[in-house]
Amino acid sequence: MSNIVVDKSKVPWWVSNVIVPLVNLTLALLVSGLFIFIAGENPIEAVKLIIYGSFGYIQGFAYTLYYTTNFIFTGLAFAVAFHCRLFNIGGEGQAYIGGLGVFLVAINLSFLPIPIVWLLSICGAFLFGAAWAYIPAYLQSKRGSHVVITTIMFNFIASSLMIFLLVDVIRDTNQMAPHTVKLPEAIWLPSFEAFSGILGIKIRYSPLNLTFLLAIASLFFVWFLVWKTKWGYEMRAVGHNTQAAIYAGISPHKNIIIAMCISGGLAGLLGVNEILGVSHKIQAGFPAGYGFTGIAVALMGRNHPIGILPAAFLFGILYQGGSEVTFEMPNITRYMFVAVQGLIILFSGALENLFRPQIESFFVRRLNKEVNA
Amino acid sequence: MVSPILELTDVNKSFGHVQANKNINLKINKGTIHGIIGENGAGKSTLMSIVFGLYQANSGSIKINGKEINLRSPRDSIINGIGMVHQHFMLVENFTVLENIILGFEGETVFGEKLQKAKEDLEKLCQTYNFNIDLDATISDLSVGFRQRVEILKSLYRGAEILILDEPTGVLTPQEVDELFKILRSLKDEGKTIVLITHKLIEIMDLTSEVSVMRQGEMVGHTKTEDTSKEQLAEMMVGRSVLLRVDKKEIKKGETVFKVNNLSVKDDLDVTRVKDVNLEICSGEILGIAGVTGNGQTELLEALSGIRKVESGSIELFGEKISDQNNFLNPRMLKEKGLAHVPEDRQRMGLISDFKAHENLIFGYHDQEPYSKSAILNNKEITEYSNKVMQEYDVRPNSPNLITSNFSGGNQQKIILSRELNENPKVLLVGQPTRGVDIGAIEFIHQRLIDMRDKGAAILLASVELDEILSLSDRIIVMFDGKIVGEKENKNVTDRELGLLMAGVA
Repeated sequence: MSNIVVDKSKVPWWVSNVIVPLVNLTLALLVSGLFIFIAGENPIEAVKLIIYGSFGYIQGFAYTLYYTTNFIFTGLAFAVAFHCRLFNIGGEGQAYIGGLGVFLVAINLSFLPIPIVWLLSICGAFLFGAAWAYIPAYLQSKRGSHVVITTIMFNFIASSLMIFLLVDVIRDTNQMAPHTVKLPEAIWLPSFEAFSGILGIKIRYSPLNLTFLLAIASLFFVWFLVWKTKWGYEMRAVGHNTQAAIYAGISPHKNIIIAMCISGGLAGLLGVNEILGVSHKIQAGFPAGYGFTGIAVALMGRNHPIGILPAAFLFGILYQGGSEVTFEMPNITRYMFVAVQGLIILFSGALENLFRPQIESFFVRRLNKEVNA
Repeated sequence: MVSPILELTDVNKSFGHVQANKNINLKINKGTIHGIIGENGAGKSTLMSIVFGLYQANSGSIKINGKEINLRSPRDSIINGIGMVHQHFMLVENFTVLENIILGFEGETVFGEKLQKAKEDLEKLCQTYNFNIDLDATISDLSVGFRQRVEILKSLYRGAEILILDEPTGVLTPQEVDELFKILRSLKDEGKTIVLITHKLIEIMDLTSEVSVMRQGEMVGHTKTEDTSKEQLAEMMVGRSVLLRVDKKEIKKGETVFKVNNLSVKDDLDVTRVKDVNLEICSGEILGIAGVTGNGQTELLEALSGIRKVESGSIELFGEKISDQNNFLNPRMLKEKGLAHVPEDRQRMGLISDFKAHENLIFGYHDQEPYSKSAILNNKEITEYSNKVMQEYDVRPNSPNLITSNFSGGNQQKIILSRELNENPKVLLVGQPTRGVDIGAIEFIHQRLIDMRDKGAAILLASVELDEILSLSDRIIVMFDGKIVGEKENKNVTDRELGLLMAGVA
């Protein structure tokens, strides 16, 4: 099986970048269906519920896009670092600290004109996230401490630090729960409800807000950075072949730092969505695993913005549609959907090359036949 | 007549298109130290890896004590009494000597009796051959010389009758070499057979009783050591092949460009590789560095190009100090001063195999106009330039968007050369410019280098191909063991003279 040798130069791009991920995804969903069947529910009904929950009504769709926003940020965060061959597992912690950045900037500068508050808060989120990634980056480039280990540790440190702050320092002292006061309503980011009035649709509540556009802009930003600028070029050079980079006068140290800081900054932007857009206060544990799921999003999206967008959307569907299923089907718990996510990660990440050689050689042979015929 | 303990008949081995061993015949007699000598890449290590079962020969037979055997893995070889000490030791660093030696041959699940027995056996072995090793020492605490002894001990413990040593002295200090030779002699006296792979003639003359010479994958001669001389061996080793002659104008030597004063450089393992080197290169000349690989050429080139820190001494470029032990200009700064560098190992350093060809064509120049403006890459310009330069250098296929690893070695080399020569550098450092490149491309590359010289560039050419050095250089220096052991104008120099210098004989 493994000895199928495919001439990579002959494989069309759409085979490796579209067909193969789709096959892997289908397999993951088939196995998931099997699980749902074993749990005693009808998989077809579950799929219907997922589709209805995430597309069937406007509020559900808004939820889907809200989740997608978060996944875009954390997926991009992982992808940027990965282009420098750094496994940034610390998206979770960087997002957490990013949230602190948004909140501190927004609450302290709320007297400024509103768009400026937004802009500065976004910068705050990016800078705090970047700063949290800077330390592991420095330790990696100067001391050789592996970034996988340090970023995981920094997730825990971020979590403990935030709990400390939320309990002892920035808690809303009028109550006992570990969260802050709310930001003044004037500086909240406009949510989808506000726009829906203009569009003539009426919905009750939706967490979808202007940050979605920031996420789309981030996709463009990352694409441009990685493939169109010399910084991206240098990052990729260091990632692919550090020795050659040194030969060409490119500093690995500098690029590890830059890649990790941009990565951390992007993860930090999740705080904009959650705090400036949705809850308007810092709640303990608000990154809720988005940082980790971002790794799967990036893997599925082959670390390219064009792939990350559909991958993030898919996970958005699973989150939103999945919660719909758990309401309707008593035998399906929300952990079931954690398992489904796990299967997608397994098939599109770990088992990525399971069918790749066969699929690629199949298409190469077919295309050759067409050429010869 | 003694019957041979190991006999190879018509052994062939090829890797892809490269035939590493051609019809090798070899007889090794019991109780002798048999030397196998040849230049790097002559096929010595491949041959011995076949004997040790690491590679399988494409054809031919191997007999041990007259009995034909089939070696499919090192385990087969060990059972048949063959042991091998590799150039790079195969030891678990955080295990003790004892643990390393019994690894894979523990003989029991829970250590107890057998371990004790093994320890006693090993202590006896150590005494017999004067090994002087503490069996409970951790490998990481041992010097290189002792680690090598552990490897030898490991082979002996597993019952080796034939011990193969691949370039055993490369990593040793002179004292350690003496110790090693003592051990090898005592092994021989106890009736063991030793095969010594080396490119150092002195070791052959010192130690062996018989010697076989390999050149370009073929066995070119067998002789008793006492019947030959270093000079004769050197001649056989280097051989005489047809020189590729290049049309070359009379030299127009200009001002001194590069000046290296008492330069010493260490490698990544902290071993001094370049020792107190002095040299000058003038514009309009090609200075060739001849030498067997691993005698400091790599580190010298890396120091000159700003990749490697200088240990002591200094380097001057156009009369300006660019490097000494305190600071050095990085490759980017040197590029701005007109220095280009074609590295010895293109896969490791010269390019990024996963990048597209056009990305590699601007590698190192990517932040200069017109390829990028205020940090944004100008793709149109890059593609246009790539198309042009790939045509000019006849890179096949001429497709700038193809991933570089899909090009053949020769075409990859052309990508590097076109990139480095395109800016018309004033100084050019070139390492192994034609390694793995076919004949047609070799001529092309040579002509380009000559053109650069005629235009007044100063060129430093390091190559293990003597032909290349002889046909291109105006002046030749020979490096051996990190030192410059000879310098000659390239007039009436013979390859034999150079060969002797390269082997550290003359």
